[in-house]
Amino acid sequence: MINLEFITNTLSLGSLYAMLALGLVIVYGILRLVNFAYGELIMVGGYTMYLLTFYTSTPWLAVVVLAVLAAMVTSLLTELVAFRPVREKSLTAMLITSFAVSTILQNGALLIISPRARAVTLPQIFQTSVMIAGTSVPWRNILTIVTCIVTLILLTLLLRRTVLGIALRAAADNFTMTRMLGVPANTVISTAFAISGIMAGIVSIFWIARSASVTPTIGLPPLLVAFVATVIGGMRSLTGAVVGGFVYAILISLLGVVLPPGLVEFREAFMFAFVIIILLFRPEGLIRSKTSVERVG
Amino acid sequence: MNLAARVKPLDTPLTLVVGVLVLAVLTQLLGISLLTRIVTVMFVSLMVVLGLQLYMGNSGILNFAHIGFMGIGAYTAVLFSMTSEAKVLTNADLYPFLVQLHLPFLPSLLIGGLVAALVAAVISYPLMRLSDAAAVITTFALLVIIHVVLLHWDRVTNGPRTLFGIDNYTSLWTSVVFAVITIFAVYLFKESRIGLRLRATRDDHYAAASIGINMVVMRWLAFIASAFVAGVGGGLWAHFITSFTPYSFYLAETFVVLAMLVIGGPYSVSGAVVGTLVVTAAREVLRGIENQVNIMQLVPQGFFGFTEVVLAIVLILILVYRPTGIMGSRELRWPRRRGQAELAGPAEPET
Repeated sequence: MINLEFITNTLSLGSLYAMLALGLVIVYGILRLVNFAYGELIMVGGYTMYLLTFYTSTPWLAVVVLAVLAAMVTSLLTELVAFRPVREKSLTAMLITSFAVSTILQNGALLIISPRARAVTLPQIFQTSVMIAGTSVPWRNILTIVTCIVTLILLTLLLRRTVLGIALRAAADNFTMTRMLGVPANTVISTAFAISGIMAGIVSIFWIARSASVTPTIGLPPLLVAFVATVIGGMRSLTGAVVGGFVYAILISLLGVVLPPGLVEFREAFMFAFVIIILLFRPEGLIRSKTSVERVG
Repeated sequence: MNLAARVKPLDTPLTLVVGVLVLAVLTQLLGISLLTRIVTVMFVSLMVVLGLQLYMGNSGILNFAHIGFMGIGAYTAVLFSMTSEAKVLTNADLYPFLVQLHLPFLPSLLIGGLVAALVAAVISYPLMRLSDAAAVITTFALLVIIHVVLLHWDRVTNGPRTLFGIDNYTSLWTSVVFAVITIFAVYLFKESRIGLRLRATRDDHYAAASIGINMVVMRWLAFIASAFVAGVGGGLWAHFITSFTPYSFYLAETFVVLAMLVIGGPYSVSGAVVGTLVVTAAREVLRGIENQVNIMQLVPQGFFGFTEVVLAIVLILILVYRPTGIMGSRELRWPRRRGQAELAGPAEPET
């Protein structure tokens, strides 16, 4: 059961989930906002790919870049239009707002494009496989893993070597203090939303590649994955998000193998039960961040 | 004590009930079947929204799982109220012991509510100490778990397929009676010792703890009561709509119910009533526009989702400009003589 195929599948799934979780955590770390509209950014990326490949003959590399940009711009816009005005009100207001933004984006796609699924034609490389040590490994999996590694390196460089990155990390530790030291709040928050959008855009390419189609509700499954992964990893830590993504992939793959057939369809329910248990007994997640603040009570 | 003084503390629910009754009588007199349907569903929604207010308004904690309990209530009530023949017809795989069950409408509703409350009581106790983001994620997780179970437990719920053949027991006046009872119940809960303590933990949980209030227990009791109301509401809804799937109790419905409560004002019973009324009216108008555009084929790909988009925008505008909703934390009250008002009004909650 645990062979090379299982391992590469789990690794690529883990890479995808790690990037997903990172995009959610980077906003949560600063604003304490669980962004329900995060899944819809993936949908935006998907529809951008559909529109560009269906109506134009844009080369693939450009399509991918534009999809990521579209997700990023949408993320920035939601922050500017919806989250900024309610930011000072209350956390509850912000959470309900993110739920409303998610509804707007989802139904906006319904309104503008169509309730029906739209096929996205993908380049050949997403359908072919390569033989490694006697097992066929899909190129898609290799691409996901490589993209994840590159993204993580770039993000680490950004966060450790640039002024903006340091401000971002400082804000995640103590936002009030960071503002007092002269870091503009809006810049930091916008940057976080931009990174979150970029992550969603990158994920959307691989997520859409798995089903080769896009629907208005495609954002929900990745959102649920991101929720679970971030809680497993500890919602405040970026390293935790990556670990959480991989742990989620391993758990869900193992559940698929271990559970009796009648229960496999309930595995999402098991994952969410696991989330509740973690929040109760180890609310700081598996990876404890240096500045964990009490969130319970 | 004369009658007026005795009735005075109940002026808020009485005012709301009079409003509900006037609306019901008008609907009855007009006798338009479409309007009757809309108003009946509205009163059922009102019950569900009041149930949500009972927990969210008094504890100040967002609850995404509410519709899940409505679903549990609906499926349970239906299992009891349907005849064996109808059950076998819609779901041939039903567990044999469930096929035999048969009870009249009202006991079925009650059992639906009780099962929802029982599930809530068992799962929710440890969750009650979580606040803010942790509370949101756990109640959201709860909604997903309930949905996945409803969706895949074929032998009870018929899985993702439509459950049909339910008798239509819920008339306009059934829904009115339940709405009226719920208005009184939720208001009395708010003013009860438990309600008062719970509101104290909402406003300042350190201060509340220092005078010996057990926040977790108070929240837990409210959560159970809230799930019971949602469960009964689900049963009522099921016996009106007569066929549904697990998707009837998921995110779209959650959004509508949250919108009703937040637009009306989550901190008061009057807010829940006003919100349900306003949002129902707005939805019907928007839905009408949507249908008209579709009939006239103004948009080639079909015109869907307009209602939700407008509703969500209104919700955000309310949160920006009037975060405590239309009613704020005020209740509808009879005019008072000067000097009385200060004694009666509850403190404005911090938001």
